[in-house]
Amino acid sequence: MKPREIRLSTTPTPEAIAELRLGDIVYLDGLMYTAREGVYMRALEDKANIPMELPSESAANFHCSPAARINADGSFDMGAVTATASFRFAKWLPEWMEKTGAKLIIGKGGMSSKDYKSYFVPNGAVYLSTVGYGTGALLGRGVENVEAVHWNEELGLAQAMWVIRCNKMGPFIVASDMNGDCLFERENAKIAQNIERVYEGTKPAVLKRYGESDDRSDEVI
Amino acid sequence: MIPIDLIQKTAESLMDKAAIEIPEDYLDGLKKAAETEDGDLSSFVLKAMLENYEAAKEDRRAMCGDTGVPRWFVKLGNDARVEGGMCALETALRRATASATNGVPLRPNRVHPLWRTDHNNNVGIGAPEIEYGFEPEGEWIDLITVHKGGLFGTDYRMLFPSDGIQGIKRFYLDSLMAFGKRGLACQPAIIGIGLGGSKDICMTLGKRASVLRTVGSRNSDPRIAEMEDEFKELGNSIGMGAMGFVGKNMVIDCNIEVGYCHTGGMPMSVHAFCLSSRRAVARIYPDGRVEHRTDPDWFTPYQRRETVEWDPMREAAE
Repeated sequence: MKPREIRLSTTPTPEAIAELRLGDIVYLDGLMYTAREGVYMRALEDKANIPMELPSESAANFHCSPAARINADGSFDMGAVTATASFRFAKWLPEWMEKTGAKLIIGKGGMSSKDYKSYFVPNGAVYLSTVGYGTGALLGRGVENVEAVHWNEELGLAQAMWVIRCNKMGPFIVASDMNGDCLFERENAKIAQNIERVYEGTKPAVLKRYGESDDRSDEVI
Repeated sequence: MIPIDLIQKTAESLMDKAAIEIPEDYLDGLKKAAETEDGDLSSFVLKAMLENYEAAKEDRRAMCGDTGVPRWFVKLGNDARVEGGMCALETALRRATASATNGVPLRPNRVHPLWRTDHNNNVGIGAPEIEYGFEPEGEWIDLITVHKGGLFGTDYRMLFPSDGIQGIKRFYLDSLMAFGKRGLACQPAIIGIGLGGSKDICMTLGKRASVLRTVGSRNSDPRIAEMEDEFKELGNSIGMGAMGFVGKNMVIDCNIEVGYCHTGGMPMSVHAFCLSSRRAVARIYPDGRVEHRTDPDWFTPYQRRETVEWDPMREAAE
């Protein structure tokens, strides 16, 4: 069965979000901004003023550092664009969503269904995963224009807040829905049925590691 | 004498090629995988990746936004001489790395581990890494750049002789399961396994097995070559494909490299060279000839030699 393809605005209506199903393929139109640990720390911990009107300008937060440069004349060149793993940002996301009204969190690898149920769904937000990873050149083609780069001086090119105008930017895969279900967990569960057969005959290592036991009074031998 | 300007110019073009052009051996491997893949979502992902490589080449833009951490492997024929000496060579490679980061552009990934300071050019303390190898004959120098991506997919474990092959299999599967879920390893990948050596060399062997050997190559030891086939199939029998979706393609190839280790141990490392398996190679001769290729051809009989002397053994073989 071929996945469904959908075009979606980066300031989506609640109805458009409710329509999305796990595994749908999405292409985005409108303004999107990059924000990862650097932006989160600056905005939430250092309480710096966010240099955009959110969410009216954009409700799409991309966990991304682009392969891009700022030219001597101040213009921008953006080559490839792909996401970075999102699970590391769970610490900041609830507060970020509340503050910015982000409805689309776009990144790599998704979050847990616990994250989705506890703060994605209450904020009317879903997670879109990049594909591959990563289809950097295809996503780069979807960048119509780089509108601004905020906080480059403070955070550097990789952590700066890039504001991108998207034109049918994609593909992305819908990885959470309004039930708070998680596409990756659904797939994990299917694969789990096979684990016993694949591991048959293999042996646990003679020398254990902490983490295989969480009791630090244990020995590893 | 190999002109230093030619080294820098060639290095710059290698940076560009590595970032933009997927090597033919990996591309062929992925095309085969895409033909056999029947998981709906994994199949979609592989097709999107194949389109992505085309888009990168057409537009001359990097294939992935995470352009990895550029590094260099340099191999010299025994009679090679570099204008300005080896420090000039290192400077040329650092210059090429910085200028290509701005030129392609690449993502300036390299930062200080504690202060997170960023030179915006992928150059800093110990970056790019430059590693060396030598061959008994030749006046040439091989420049190999690898832009390995990803923070996931790599692991090390001290195993012991009593762990045996079944213990090796378990750790291999553990690594694929741990980093394959949600596609953190950006599979299907070239999986490199390092067995033996001291701890640091075990990591080096595994990394080189993944990034310096091509898809379809086999270890010169026939029993290790058999293990490579078996491990490739084992990885692909998990039922996991691209992005951790249900599928049958996790491992494009499995390469194993070994080194002699402490008699009591059997250290093992696992590495994943991702869907953007970026590598580019050129051989430069003193007369100014430059030959580009994608096979690093690193693991020659000389690199895998077991004996004290080299020449006498070779003469005996002839």
